[in-house]
Amino acid sequence: MSGPSTYIPKSGLEKWIDQRLPLPRLMHDTMQTFPTPRNLNIWYTFGGILTFCLGVQIITGIVLAMHYVANAGLAFDSVEKIMRDVNYGWLIRYIHANGASMFFLAVYIHMFRGLYYGSYKAPRELIWILGVLIYLLMMATAFFGYVLPWGQMSFWGATVITNLFSAIPVIGQHIATWLWGDFAVGDATLNRFFSLHYLLPFIIAAVVGLHIWALHVPGNNNPLGIDVKSPQDTLPFHPYYTVKDAFYLCLYVILFAAFVFYSPDFFGNPDNYQPANPLVTPPDIVPEWYLLPYYAMLRSVPNKLLGVLVMGLALVTLVLLPWLDTSRVRSLRFRPVMKQFFWVFAVDCVLLGYCGSQSVEAVAFGIPLVIVARLGTVYYLAYFWVLMPIIGLIETPKKLPASIAQSVLGDKAVAAAE
Amino acid sequence: MTATTSDATTRRDFLYVATGAMGAVGAAAAAWPFIDQMNPSTAALALGTTEIDLAAIQPGQQVIYTWRGQPLFVRRRTPAEIASAKAVDVSTLPDPLARNANLPDNTPATDADRATKPEWLIVKGVCTHLGCTPTVSTPTAPEGEYGGWLCHCHGSAYDTAGRIRKGPAPENLAVPPYTFLSDTRVKVG
Repeated sequence: MSGPSTYIPKSGLEKWIDQRLPLPRLMHDTMQTFPTPRNLNIWYTFGGILTFCLGVQIITGIVLAMHYVANAGLAFDSVEKIMRDVNYGWLIRYIHANGASMFFLAVYIHMFRGLYYGSYKAPRELIWILGVLIYLLMMATAFFGYVLPWGQMSFWGATVITNLFSAIPVIGQHIATWLWGDFAVGDATLNRFFSLHYLLPFIIAAVVGLHIWALHVPGNNNPLGIDVKSPQDTLPFHPYYTVKDAFYLCLYVILFAAFVFYSPDFFGNPDNYQPANPLVTPPDIVPEWYLLPYYAMLRSVPNKLLGVLVMGLALVTLVLLPWLDTSRVRSLRFRPVMKQFFWVFAVDCVLLGYCGSQSVEAVAFGIPLVIVARLGTVYYLAYFWVLMPIIGLIETPKKLPASIAQSVLGDKAVAAAE
Repeated sequence: MTATTSDATTRRDFLYVATGAMGAVGAAAAAWPFIDQMNPSTAALALGTTEIDLAAIQPGQQVIYTWRGQPLFVRRRTPAEIASAKAVDVSTLPDPLARNANLPDNTPATDADRATKPEWLIVKGVCTHLGCTPTVSTPTAPEGEYGGWLCHCHGSAYDTAGRIRKGPAPENLAVPPYTFLSDTRVKVG
């Protein structure tokens, strides 16, 4: 996609195709000879794992749609039918349900990797922003999907999330009604959510295409965060990174399979095995684990509109990240001060997730969790809006290595190669 | 061929702008059916009415009915609950408006304007924060500090007149339109 192509057609047929549709050339240049920094570590294998996760969700989802009925009166029973009667229905549904969690686990690792090694900085801003867009689309898709079984958590989760829009002044209630197609979450809502749940994964796949296209212009960042300077710094993508990606994908699939076969309801909520009841709210409405930090932020603000705005700001901030970080050094390996705040930030996200999973009045070690969530929300926003701009200006980074090859191979090897 | 350069608006400029404007109007007109189809259909818009027999409800008891697909609280308040609701200074309330569909929009949230017959408080069982159904408070099992309801989703507490007192909910529980058909029958909607 960038730089001169190294593809040489080997046969008359390949030459014939290349002159008409250079798809083999594209595959060759992007997946075979593509020069990739030689120092990529385990955390760089999650892009491949995520592509796998998307494929699994689409394939299992298409199969589930063959048996599912999007009707408020029939949806719950049709899911039970998939679990009990459809051949291997239990397996396919558990892969799909746990697949969502495995998808988000991988995306969070992928995002924290980007945050740590500064992969969002110039010239990779658009890769990051497209990634945030994929993340938002994933959240929407996961939310729509969670509503489909039409259990208690499905129904009340849908009620709470769609009511977020009613916080918008003046037109908010109209937007909520428009989303519902009724005066409350009901059959009309379920049908449109099913339609959108089927659509969005293909939009995600398209944005993933743009994400990878944008990646192939500057090429991968790397744990040192320094630019590739000579061919010595790189290895061809195949076989070095195809094999590395495949190996770690296998490990990830083992973890995935462990959940599917040994604890398929680990991420689930027992309340969702009760059919939806519009008259009884479950004692505690808890979203899926991957949305908990944002849920904690929403609940920590004692004002409806402000709560929704804070949650929205937490997401919009991610888009602006490339311009909030003022440091010229990409990798936190060479930023001793920011690195410590990064780990506090990572712990903060987990802590917010914990607060979101507990009831509103919960107390831990004598401290009301709502206070903890408030402090956590302040730190989350301050990390991006205060610490990043200021520390980037005042911090003295460590000395950067001369090149990737020199850092990996040492001075002698580099000299010998020259 | 003689080239004429002129800043004056030409016939062609006019045609470009007019065509573009018509195209934009056409695109918006074509988009509208696809947006409006999401709104409630005529069937959903047809206002439902629910008739409720109050005779079976005991003082201090709340019964939940369904109105337009959503929970409706009908609470027969005890004299103590009415007294505690009346004792509140309206100016100290987070939402000073009655939110009573039977009264003008600017009616203050006095207890008399929340429940026209003091014994009967009829409100939608939909938390004004994010739509959960609040849990009713009873003397033996209090919910929240104000004797009314507590919404467990995000901790909004309502008093015995269904007025928001604490937590993230912005408004009092909505009072739906209703008429008393007799002392023991009420029609909601």
